[in-house]
Amino acid sequence: MRAVSVEEAVAMIPSGASVMVGGFMGVGTPERLLDEIVRQKKAGLTLICNDAATPGKGVGKLFDAALVSRLTATHIGLNPKAQQQMLANQIAVDLVPQGTFVERIRAGGCGLGGVLTPTGVGTLVAEGKRQIEVDGKPFLLETALRAQFALVHAFLADYLGNLAYALTSRNFNPVMAMAADTVIVTAENIVPVGVIAPDHVVTPAPLVDYLITNG
Amino acid sequence: MDPQIIIARRVAKELKSGNLVNLGIGIPTLVANYVPPDLKVFFQSENGLIGTGPIPEQGLAHPTLTDAGGRPISALPGASTFDSAMSFGLIRGGHVDVTVLGGLQVDAQGHLANWMIPGKMVPGMGGAMDLVSGARRVIVAMQHAAKGKSKIVAKCTLPLTSARPVHLVVTDMAVIAFPDGRATLLETAPGISVGEVMAVTDAELVVPDNVPEMNI
Repeated sequence: MRAVSVEEAVAMIPSGASVMVGGFMGVGTPERLLDEIVRQKKAGLTLICNDAATPGKGVGKLFDAALVSRLTATHIGLNPKAQQQMLANQIAVDLVPQGTFVERIRAGGCGLGGVLTPTGVGTLVAEGKRQIEVDGKPFLLETALRAQFALVHAFLADYLGNLAYALTSRNFNPVMAMAADTVIVTAENIVPVGVIAPDHVVTPAPLVDYLITNG
Repeated sequence: MDPQIIIARRVAKELKSGNLVNLGIGIPTLVANYVPPDLKVFFQSENGLIGTGPIPEQGLAHPTLTDAGGRPISALPGASTFDSAMSFGLIRGGHVDVTVLGGLQVDAQGHLANWMIPGKMVPGMGGAMDLVSGARRVIVAMQHAAKGKSKIVAKCTLPLTSARPVHLVVTDMAVIAFPDGRATLLETAPGISVGEVMAVTDAELVVPDNVPEMNI
């Protein structure tokens, strides 16, 4: 792990990159990284995030600045700008059931080719996918999902990069920290090694590539 | 009584002590207000919490404690938090005893459509498809009709949420279940006759000899 400034970290992300962003309706989202992406105008992003948050909040800022060209998400109904951009064909949107979304990312981070899920069988979600029977029950083959970058927000990060999360801001963060080539983390609090007890580390330090230093 | 409150009160009667329950947004959220205080029910919020509590007092909200809509909530003593993989493992894995969801249409076989209106409203399915596929018991809480049109239809014209039928539909007019894959009228709302329910229901309804009034 290397501690870097937010400017330095975002400079590593090229326009057109695939980026996973933690958070659920903007809760548990690395806001400082998103602000800097907007400032550096990293455009044409492939965004993988649970939702589109709301304008001005979380990944909503990326839609405000029209920086997203492809989106994989589970729900975008609370961001009218993301909806407009989808309906105007400015963004290609892939809507995925939330349990499938997180399992595809988990598979991507765990070396699996995908998962078999009953969710979506017999619905529009099944179109174009392989259906596989196991013990007489139908499942959809949902393939693994990875990205070039995961942008993760933690409550605590120690000097080595061990991470712990708070309440409902954990959500997709630890799963995404497994599923990208480069993992960049912001934390509410940067603390000495040992403050997070081994049993309370959720994301082990070797998974973290860059920790954003305090502003 | 307000139609939404009739629905919420009746659905609350379906919950049992020890149940792990997931409530969708809209009318389902109101159900928590009508659970008797002596009933120990665990409410899950799919963004990673079991043990959701009421909206905190002014000034006590915390930005990392929210419901699935991003609104501030509190956590009750004994609450637990977890990541989204675990949250949906709970849902898909049959660990959630009851889910209560809103609906756009439910058909005569109990199929639910509640996630999109093609060309008009494409918000995404969020957790709805996993909840209908995996929760032990699926209850739909919705108005019986919208703009004079029955929401209980012969066959869903909107895209389905799951091929798995729901277990119970509670509306402001009736309680309907689907034994043997056929919509069956179990109860009517206070002051509503069987004939009135039939008149605003597009699906064919099995009507038993005795259809009691909802006890709410």
